[in-house]
Amino acid sequence: MLDLIIIITFLAITYLTGRYIEKNHYKKIKQREIALIRKPIISFGAKRWTTERKIKDIKMVTGEAVIAGDYFKAFTAGIKQKFGGNLSTYESVIDRARREALIRMREKATKADIIVNVRLESILLNQAYIQYNIPPQCAIIAYGTAVTYENE
Amino acid sequence: MIITTIETIPGMRVKEHCGIVSGSTVRAKNMFLDFGAGLKNTIGGELKSYTHLLSEAREEAVKRMIEQARKLRANAIVNVRFATSSITAGAAEVYAYGTAVEVEKAEG
Repeated sequence: MLDLIIIITFLAITYLTGRYIEKNHYKKIKQREIALIRKPIISFGAKRWTTERKIKDIKMVTGEAVIAGDYFKAFTAGIKQKFGGNLSTYESVIDRARREALIRMREKATKADIIVNVRLESILLNQAYIQYNIPPQCAIIAYGTAVTYENE
Repeated sequence: MIITTIETIPGMRVKEHCGIVSGSTVRAKNMFLDFGAGLKNTIGGELKSYTHLLSEAREEAVKRMIEQARKLRANAIVNVRFATSSITAGAAEVYAYGTAVEVEKAEG
């Protein structure tokens, strides 16, 4: 009985903290994304990108983010995994990590005019523990080429 | 050293291809950093120590790639990609690779 109470309180606490952190994080992500609109523009998959304009600076920029889920997410996903379907609690973790990495990359290149050929690379850090219901840790590297034009 | 993720460098002409260059690094988590991360992992949130670790690993991989390109007397690396793999639990590999080229300013 005591075990059950401990587990339920633990789940409730992690549910609340996880939800609070996620909500705050999404709020921050949205604010920063709005601040970064059109500055610089990013484009995915432009391998043979060329321009007529004179270029002042060209360099690779990267952004990293490692986001962890909470225990409640792992618990509910563990139950859901038996029946199949969307593991929506995990989706939000990966979504946050991707957007955070992209934002960080763009924040490093605010002076650039365009970031071309952006790619995302992901690592699941605790892959080996999936079967034990340990919350996911999602690590993302976003990278691209930042191009600054010469002023004309 | 100019590093890009696209095939060419605008305003430059590729004079010579020097072949593929790569750099890799395997980083393990610090046990003491892991303690705080473990706590963070139960309540959710960003693992700042791991983000730092990842950016260090990425920097190291790129540095090794550049060193290799310097040996080939290249002055730019184009088409750079990152690949990752988790070798064992608690360690991750970051691998950077690209094509080393010698470029010169395009005339006109």
